Amino acid sequence: MYLRTGLWAAGFGLAVAIAAGPAGAGAPKRGGTLTYVIPADAPPSFDGHRETTYATIHAAAPYYSVLIRVPPDNPASTTEFVCDLCTEMPKPTDDGKTYTFKIRQGVKFHDGSKLTAQDVATSWNMIVFPPKGVTSARVSYYEMIDKIEAPDDATVVFHLKRPTTAFLPALADPYAWIYKKEILEKDPRWYEKNIMGSGPFKFASYDVGQSIKGVRNPDYYHEGQPYLDAVVGIFADKQSVRVDALRGDRAAIEFRGLPPSARDQLVKEGGSDIAVQDSDWNCGNILTPNHRKKPFDDVRVRRALALAIDQWKGAPALAKIATVRTVGGIVFPGSPLAATQEELQQMVGYWPDIEKSRAEAKRLLKEAGAEGLKFELLNRNVDQPYKFVGTWVIGEWKKIGLSVEQKVVPTGPWFQNMRGGTFDVVLEANCASVVNPVLDTGKYLPAKVFPENYGGYDDAKSIELYEKMQTETDPKKQREGMRAYETHTLDTMTHEIVLPYWYRIVLARSYVKGWKISPSHYLNQDLGNIWLDK
Amino acid sequence: MAVIAPDPGAAAALADEALARQRTPLNAALDFCRRKPLGTIGLVIVLVMFAAGGFADWLAPFDPEENDFNAMMQAPSWLHLFGTDQFGRDIFSRLVFGARTAMIVGFGSAVGGGLIGLVLGVASAYFGGWFDLAFQRVLDVLMAFPLIILALAVVSVFGTGVFNVIVAITIPLIPRCGRVVRASALAVREIPYIDAARALGFGHARIVLRHMVPNVVAPFLILLSAFVGQAILSEAALSYLGLGVQEPVAAWGLMLQGSAEDYATTAPWIAIFPGLAIVLTVLGISLFGDALRDAIDPKLRDR
Amino acid sequence: MHRYIIKRLLLAIPTLVGAAALVFVLMRLIPGDVCVIRLGAGGTHVDPASVEACRQQLGLNDPLIVQFLHFLWSYCTFDFGISMWSGNPVSHEIAVRLPVSLEVAVMATIIAILIAIPLGTISALRENTWLDHMVRVLAIAGIATPSFWLGIMSLILVLNISAIVTGKPWLPPIDYVSFWQDPLRNLSMVLLPAITVGYRYSAVTMRITRSAMLEIMREDYIRTARAKGLLEQIIVNRHALKNAMLPVVTLIGIEFAFLIGGLVITEQVFNLNGIGRLLVQAVQNQDNVLAQALVMLVVAVFVMTNLVVDVLYAWLDPRIRFS
Repeated sequence: MYLRTGLWAAGFGLAVAIAAGPAGAGAPKRGGTLTYVIPADAPPSFDGHRETTYATIHAAAPYYSVLIRVPPDNPASTTEFVCDLCTEMPKPTDDGKTYTFKIRQGVKFHDGSKLTAQDVATSWNMIVFPPKGVTSARVSYYEMIDKIEAPDDATVVFHLKRPTTAFLPALADPYAWIYKKEILEKDPRWYEKNIMGSGPFKFASYDVGQSIKGVRNPDYYHEGQPYLDAVVGIFADKQSVRVDALRGDRAAIEFRGLPPSARDQLVKEGGSDIAVQDSDWNCGNILTPNHRKKPFDDVRVRRALALAIDQWKGAPALAKIATVRTVGGIVFPGSPLAATQEELQQMVGYWPDIEKSRAEAKRLLKEAGAEGLKFELLNRNVDQPYKFVGTWVIGEWKKIGLSVEQKVVPTGPWFQNMRGGTFDVVLEANCASVVNPVLDTGKYLPAKVFPENYGGYDDAKSIELYEKMQTETDPKKQREGMRAYETHTLDTMTHEIVLPYWYRIVLARSYVKGWKISPSHYLNQDLGNIWLDK
Repeated sequence: MAVIAPDPGAAAALADEALARQRTPLNAALDFCRRKPLGTIGLVIVLVMFAAGGFADWLAPFDPEENDFNAMMQAPSWLHLFGTDQFGRDIFSRLVFGARTAMIVGFGSAVGGGLIGLVLGVASAYFGGWFDLAFQRVLDVLMAFPLIILALAVVSVFGTGVFNVIVAITIPLIPRCGRVVRASALAVREIPYIDAARALGFGHARIVLRHMVPNVVAPFLILLSAFVGQAILSEAALSYLGLGVQEPVAAWGLMLQGSAEDYATTAPWIAIFPGLAIVLTVLGISLFGDALRDAIDPKLRDR
Repeated sequence: MHRYIIKRLLLAIPTLVGAAALVFVLMRLIPGDVCVIRLGAGGTHVDPASVEACRQQLGLNDPLIVQFLHFLWSYCTFDFGISMWSGNPVSHEIAVRLPVSLEVAVMATIIAILIAIPLGTISALRENTWLDHMVRVLAIAGIATPSFWLGIMSLILVLNISAIVTGKPWLPPIDYVSFWQDPLRNLSMVLLPAITVGYRYSAVTMRITRSAMLEIMREDYIRTARAKGLLEQIIVNRHALKNAMLPVVTLIGIEFAFLIGGLVITEQVFNLNGIGRLLVQAVQNQDNVLAQALVMLVVAVFVMTNLVVDVLYAWLDPRIRFS
């Protein structure tokens, strides 16, 4: 019921967003300055190729263009992609291994120079084949690319090693900004401290640690856009500051997502001055038991840990206070590849009868000789939703006689302990930008294939199932393959436990129009289609 | 004005009265209550908090760490005297158990920091020379050092937990104690009979214990009372920054962290009551400490 | 006198070196490093090769003793390094944020002095009356209140009162403009934190003023002045207050030094882009270079303030002045 509600809610949320939200309220008005708050301290740099924090995107995306992207007027779609710098979405040729993009003519960088396919190809080569000394944070997404070339100033060609549905979503990555070829060749690190792109806004100023400002790009290639005269992004790490800013109209919108309490508060006070958009989030927490430590190497103990948790009851209760909502498996609930509720309920941790589930958990613990087990849950020092979820999960484990202490540490030590394998069970987060289930589920592969898996296990069958699923081109067969992979990961071996997916609630002053919510806070941030109705 | 000859009868009566009003401990205490009403109030507050923490298991109607998702963020009512927080936990129960944590952290840090500071301060004054110079530099460094870095390092290396928080908070208290103790001990150091005692062959320990320490006790006790209050405030500040005691332990500072601010307008009771508890307790301790200082410090005795 | 000053200056050096060593060790005791945090910010894929490259580039793989010596040497040449997190020079990062913190600190000090000295004096002169008790309780309450709680409560108060009075909730601005650019907007942002910090500051000062005045009023020369028939007012203003000012000013100086470090909490509550908040960020990001620089700054300010105070005392003490 909840999963269907989730899917339905995603669709409904979208409908609500279109109908009652910022869109469809008449013709866009030109003018005005959009002040928005960024829920972070200043990002380490403004280089989108290098960074992984949304602070970089929220701060600098308005100044850049990308090759393809999710459609700005329907960013919740998990299957549709549109052109930004290209002229039309190409059909793959050569058995699905070659994609040829035609680049728009007449695009200018903010310094006045022309943007050509050479800039596009050079930028993409930096991302996919970074030279020594250059960091490309998402290089692993693109291992399917064999070669990128620009035979002339208006064409870019991508040659793949093999056809895969994971390519286009990876290409639509919101960090893949197009930089100027001459600058990249002279100094590949120039873009860390400097901003110069071809996006809807021109960079104006940056007050260190405080705010970043941009003004309209009069030569922007999308007709009529941008509608805004200027944008101002203010860095405000504390949630109460951001909520207060929205309340007092010191800022118009916050793009990441606020918890339900903030929504309730602002809506109660602001009434029709506040507009709410919400959606499932392509982020979730997972519990990873350390297979290297006894007794977590015993599958019975891991299954027991999963069986104890009442996801179906817990999720709606948590949804009232934390930014989680939808129960799901390893695939984002809004995607066609995701499991239905019936399919989920076959797996441990999702059984509809919680008493039966917990009895089985106790039985398994007894059999494994791990009754009354005491251990530590390593958690990150962030409130939403880490600490809430952690506290909830510990409460659930208490009910099968486990005594768990929460070890909350700041981000640095959290990472270090995870990578060093010194934890018992860790509460991780799995966040992706574009919904790309085939890529995103790579997280559950053993570390020798996917280095950022911290569970410390090896499992050849897992790899086998994944590869089979990944190379499948028939959607129906791919879905079956995904089910097999999921069941093996979550049920048979219970390598990880997937907790309810996060839920994104974006609050804005109701005069902000044009922006639509998507499952990821990394998407749809160039602000080109936003206008102010005042 | 003529000198009035002392009336023997009156003198005898005065002497009798004086004998009767001997300074037994009980009399001294009652005297204290009468002359220092504020201090007494402070002491009463501290004792109440002590009792609350000590008898928390019986006083608290609910388990302070039990989540109840059916009763989240409820306003104060007869069932939940101070309301519930965002997890449905009873705030009154958490306050009462929080008193226990506060007393443990407060007294633990104060006594720990105080004792270490006492020992080092006295030793430094007694031995003088390079040891003293070096010790003073160490004190300077510790006093100037921002607490947050110390706390983060302690938390990162040793993990969270009440004991580790006590360690982190104790460290800045040591120099404050050491300084004052050293100054008092130095005053005694200069007195010739210390040298005479050494010449007579008395051991270091005996001299220190018999002559220096008693002189230092008065300011030390006053400092201790101030430290308890400071420790409680430090714990609150650290928890606010996320570096103190962690969920789901009940501690006043932790109750004020994060969510309390976020729910400040929809559920203000989450933030108000722990804050009031802290203010009241530290107020009580300070009032008592002030009165204690007035009573003990001979310079101020006639006030 | 000169010998005294030089001696004190020389003694400050081991303090600074000690502080440097302590912050160096502590920052490296914390597991993890700035590269992991920076590259793994999304909680997603941390490419091990990139992390290694980052570490190499920032010198995190160098032996510890090399790092420490490099740190000390760079400070001798007044080069405070480049922030590991943002790549900007440390001096730039601090220079941008120092005005905010200084403004709050100065305003808090002014508020504290304006409140504390009159109240403390009156309290001393009217000792043991209800006025005295009230002021004392007020002062102690000021010390007992956690400053961030006070800040939160005051924000709620401002919000609700403005909502009632004007119908729309008013809040201080969230981005800083300097006083010279727009005094009204600047003050509206800085006033509330200054009051929050100033209240506690004034509480401490009030107590010291009271106790100093009480001591002095008992002195013989005051009694003499009274016997001479001087007006009480003149006695207070011309004789007592001036002499009481010494310990008071000393305390204000010392507390000011603590203030800079104590702004950490206040800047969090009010979203001020000051050096207190920078310190928290530096520590959380494990930006060793920036954290080290900030700690050295705080320690240096503290040491210098103590030095100035001690020199002042020594100068006033003829035994040392004329030695």
